[in-house]
Amino acid sequence: MGFLTLEHISHQYFTTSSYTKAIEDINLTIDEGEFVSFLGPSGCGKSTILSIVSGLITPTEGNVFVNGSPISKQSTSIGYMLQQDYLFPWKTIQQNVLLGPYIQRNVTQEIKEKAIHILEDMGLGNVVTAYPTQLSGGMRQRAALARTLITDPHIFLLDEPFSALDYQTKLKLENLVANTLKKYNKTSLLVTHDIGEAIAMSDRIYLLSANPGKIAATFQVPNHLKSLDPFDARQDADFNDLFQEIWKELNALEHNS
Amino acid sequence: MNTTPKQDQQRFENHLKHLKKEKRHVWAWQFVIFVVFFAIWELSSQLQWIDPLLFSSPSSIADLLFQKATDGSIFLHLRVTLLETIAGFILGTFIGIFLAAILWWSPRFSKIIDPYLVILNAMPKVALGPIIIVALGPGYVSIIAMGAIISVIITTIVVYSAFQDVDENYLKVLNSFGATRYQCFKEAVLPASFSTIISTFKVNVGLSWVGVIVGEFLVSQKGLGYLIIYGFQVFDFTLVLSSLMLIALCAAIMYQAVDRLERKLIKNSK
Repeated sequence: MGFLTLEHISHQYFTTSSYTKAIEDINLTIDEGEFVSFLGPSGCGKSTILSIVSGLITPTEGNVFVNGSPISKQSTSIGYMLQQDYLFPWKTIQQNVLLGPYIQRNVTQEIKEKAIHILEDMGLGNVVTAYPTQLSGGMRQRAALARTLITDPHIFLLDEPFSALDYQTKLKLENLVANTLKKYNKTSLLVTHDIGEAIAMSDRIYLLSANPGKIAATFQVPNHLKSLDPFDARQDADFNDLFQEIWKELNALEHNS
Repeated sequence: MNTTPKQDQQRFENHLKHLKKEKRHVWAWQFVIFVVFFAIWELSSQLQWIDPLLFSSPSSIADLLFQKATDGSIFLHLRVTLLETIAGFILGTFIGIFLAAILWWSPRFSKIIDPYLVILNAMPKVALGPIIIVALGPGYVSIIAMGAIISVIITTIVVYSAFQDVDENYLKVLNSFGATRYQCFKEAVLPASFSTIISTFKVNVGLSWVGVIVGEFLVSQKGLGYLIIYGFQVFDFTLVLSSLMLIALCAAIMYQAVDRLERKLIKNSK
């Protein structure tokens, strides 16, 4: 029994004129501390899976278990990182990072010091009192990571968190996020459409087919790639082999549909 | 080609000088228009090109205002109207925002109430005047109610649509921390709609003046609206025009105050 289990998850979206099946019969098990990615064409319900794991939407069928008990019945803390940082522009960086504890009425001196500590770790120690508009895109996304880390979530959900950044910033942040999550031993789910990013960051990759979203293939990332930083992993020979393999599989999926 | 810092500084100073000059030009023209308008008015009134009985003249308006200022009576009227307008403005705006919050809170209530809001919004609120006066009595309460009711529905509609336009993802972030609906409202929806709320302030300043003046037309013994209708009845258009001048001045000052407030608040929230 893994840490996070998805059992026969299906989800439909309804409109007034019709309904669409976003995902169908998703089964998977993720161990604690594992980093998995979901790859697939747009419209394959990648983000829907994250929303279901987070508990923001209830699947029309199936169950999500964390440590063997259904997710709706417990208060597993979930960290969510979105495509954009969604820092609140009217709050300072420190207030943004303390948003979770503030909402949970849990702002102590200890938490405040932890916030400063995390921000310093992210190289944001000198912009604590700045407002988000004064920061670059990469800095903002780092602040968003700090905001997610501070509540010490059990599960980390990453919904294309690097897609709005320029390439160089994206590579740097991949390293930072992967190392940080490894350091804190977080279970993480990444949604992306970038094959390279999926290989460089994760332990396992699920390839989804579209309409409805189903698991089409699973790839295990070789152990020595896992141990490398994402940036170094991109330079490895095995990286290219796996890239080609996934590339072919993705193309095949497109032809079949 | 390299430029020395000194040349750059020189260019910057030239740029500033240019801006200053432009500003002076604008002011000069504004002043000229002001003077020319009143000069032509005065002159045409003196030379009987326009009927001085109907259009009065700047000098007789100034005389009247000076006379009423020395015996203090104008300040009484001014104070009454100002207080009514400010009260109407504050009531109308805040009740409007409060109603918008209720609509946001309950999407079902908002759907149910929607056609009634449309009707209330389409109705000319001034037409409610007689009913309000009968219901609340012929006093300042009715006039304040007129000043408020004229802006409350449009405020509700505009602010509610701003509440709805708030990016869902902010709420997603808050919900992932387990925020309650009240926390979502306080932390995301309300601050994100701040600029819309401030811009309704600006509109409502003007609307409250309309409501209060019409209210004073209908019923009152004091106030600038009363002076206008009284001057009309006794055919004293100098009185009508001097009240009008005062209203224009006060409304402009209030508008400027709200504008200042807006700039200050927006600067803090960005």
